[in-house]
Amino acid sequence: MSESIKVPTMAEYMAQGKQPEVLFWVGCAGSFDDRAKKISKAFVKLLHNAKVDFAVLGTEESCTGDPAKRAGNEFLFQMQAMMNIQVLNGYEIKKIVTACPHCFNTLKNEYPELGGNYEVMHHTQFLKSLLNEGRLKVAGGKFKGKRITFHDPCYLGRANNEYEAPRELLEKLEVELVEMKRCKSRGLCCGAGGAQMFKEPEKGDKDINIERTEEAIETQPEVIAAGCPFCNTMLTDGVKAKEKETEVAVMDIAEMIANAEDL
Amino acid sequence: MKYLPNIIFLVALAVGIGYFTLNIRKLIRNIKLGREIEELGDKKERWGNVVRIALGQSKMVVRPVAGIMHIIVYVGFVIINLEVLEIIIDGLFGTHRVFASLGPVYDLLIASFEILALLVIVAVVVFWIRRNVQRLRRFMNPEMKGWPKNDANYILYFEVVLMTLFLTMNATDHQLQHLGSAHYTQAGMFPVSSYLLPVFSDMSEQSLILVERTAWWLHIIGILIFLNYLYFSKHLHIILAFPNVFFGKVVPKGKFKNLESVTKEVKLMMDPNADPFAAPAEGTEVPAKFGASDVMDLSRIQLLNAYTCTECGRCTSECPANQTGKKLSPRKIMMDTRDRLEEIGKNINKNGEFKDDGKQLLDDYITREELWACTTCNACVEACPVSIDPLSIIMDMRQYLVMEKSAAPNELNISMTNIENNGAPWPYNQMDRLNWKNEL
Ligand code: HEM
Ligand code: SF4
Ligand code: SF4
Repeated sequence: MSESIKVPTMAEYMAQGKQPEVLFWVGCAGSFDDRAKKISKAFVKLLHNAKVDFAVLGTEESCTGDPAKRAGNEFLFQMQAMMNIQVLNGYEIKKIVTACPHCFNTLKNEYPELGGNYEVMHHTQFLKSLLNEGRLKVAGGKFKGKRITFHDPCYLGRANNEYEAPRELLEKLEVELVEMKRCKSRGLCCGAGGAQMFKEPEKGDKDINIERTEEAIETQPEVIAAGCPFCNTMLTDGVKAKEKETEVAVMDIAEMIANAEDL
Repeated sequence: MKYLPNIIFLVALAVGIGYFTLNIRKLIRNIKLGREIEELGDKKERWGNVVRIALGQSKMVVRPVAGIMHIIVYVGFVIINLEVLEIIIDGLFGTHRVFASLGPVYDLLIASFEILALLVIVAVVVFWIRRNVQRLRRFMNPEMKGWPKNDANYILYFEVVLMTLFLTMNATDHQLQHLGSAHYTQAGMFPVSSYLLPVFSDMSEQSLILVERTAWWLHIIGILIFLNYLYFSKHLHIILAFPNVFFGKVVPKGKFKNLESVTKEVKLMMDPNADPFAAPAEGTEVPAKFGASDVMDLSRIQLLNAYTCTECGRCTSECPANQTGKKLSPRKIMMDTRDRLEEIGKNINKNGEFKDDGKQLLDDYITREELWACTTCNACVEACPVSIDPLSIIMDMRQYLVMEKSAAPNELNISMTNIENNGAPWPYNQMDRLNWKNEL
């Protein structure tokens, strides 16, 4: 069945005179990072399964500029933004979904002033809406009754006040959700934000991802659920550093849903 | 000579309020050194925040013990200060308990002031224990050494002294009322200070009047001293918390502002019709400095933030960088900003205008190591009970480092170059962006 999954590009749609229901903004991690590519693939499977008419920009997509902006390079950020906006507006894009909270935040909050106005959703929000419309079925499957903890991505949670969509999806997976002490609006960062992903941390007692992973492991989960490719990497590294990779998996919620049904 | 007390009172009041006003004007002048505030948008949400966050103390109670104790001190302070109105009228016109004619209402008011005064003493003792005995971690960071630590304790001692004077004044007054002393109208209800009566029961009328007058004078002079202490203290928050919450961020926390000066340049660069050699249009300003290296480059809201900070350290205790031993402390960012602003203010007081002192906020106060440790996670912004945004200052200073000084850490420069050349922070070819679909 996987043969039949197509990932059409906007250029192809344009050539056929078609407009998709939603644009899947893959993001740099989702395009290039081996771990994050798995999330893109799982998400695409879910879209396909729910019969969502989607397309991607493919080679016309470029970094949103988020890491440049948070590193202080406003110039590079706005260059990236303007280029992306030209492409998006050229295709008359109305609605965007992305599995990266950093892309989500930047597209949703920082592009409008620069001329890019779209309805932007995080993939957990989009999956939730598919669920509500009855287009996507989420059932316990493999994860039923398993202990799961959810790590709130800063740019989904605090930055945009979305704490419930990922949790609702987990609930539908019938897992036993155990919260960490620091969760929701007081959730601890994984350490990747603000362009930290691309540099060595400053001197300290500990790396932030280790601190966070320890807290997650304390809840004795079978899976640490994540909603961001960068958190995912940070926590995966943390679990490895704690030599727990045989007991604890780090998975994106989209992967969990796809996995539960063996898609 | 009959009016001597009235005159002394008037002078004390004028000096107290006058000096305070002078300092507040300096404070406003200093805040105005910052960049002008851009439009505030719909004010409804802002007023809502003032009601909820400042008046309603909604973020204080996230930490229940400190929150509830603070509500007691805050409510106590505001309500007890109704009494100050009476004291001022009495002082100016030589009356005594001028509101006594309110009858039972007056009794109720005095009774509630007394109960609140007692509660305030209890709350302040709890605050003191948390700072000096329990030594909560958020009060012990390096930036809290010296003046900030003493300042916090002085405020607490001051509150206890003021409340004790208030209760002493009431107790002796009460006793004088029992004795039927002239001038001491029968008024008030004293549920707390009644317990102090035994202390004064053997005193002569003469000594009682002496104690009562002394407590009365020290109380009002104490309040005036306290008023003037505010400017030099984190206690300024009791006034500034309100405007500061009003000016707090009302857009999603993840939305960082886009620099307009950059937008103009980028638009020009991307416009195929723009003539790159055209002379700049008339009236175009000198290109603004990007980002902030000193307090004058910050916005007035950021400077107001700095004066408002209560040094409570809730931001720092939630900061992932600080919790893992990095130098960054968002509270220190705010304290440094305020201290530098004060330094510049003093410079202006002395020289009439700012004379370059060879110092700036960057490096002399806030180091690059601190700035680069931030993950922009917004935990500090979320935690602040008075809507301060330390992250915005960190971001402005990073912008200065990167755009004016090209001084980003080397690994970041590599990522930036990658983004510029191939549209991703890693060195992959943009043409390979969709290769993952072949693995489906
Ligand atoms: C107007 C009367 C107010 C009074 C008399 C007052 C009094 C005090 C006192 C005595 C402290 C020191 C507590 C300690 O030692 O830990 C304090 C701290 C503080 N106040 Fe106020 N305050 C007032 C208004 C406000 C308002 C409107 C806010 C806004 C929410 C506020 C927020 C804070 C914060 C955040 C702290 C640090 C406390 C902590 O968490 O440790 N205050 N205040
Ligand atoms: S935004 Fe930066 S300073 Fe604020 S809590 Fe997060 S890491 Fe610390
Ligand atoms: S910035 Fe806010 S949270 Fe941080 S110390 Fe100051 S008042 Fe407290």
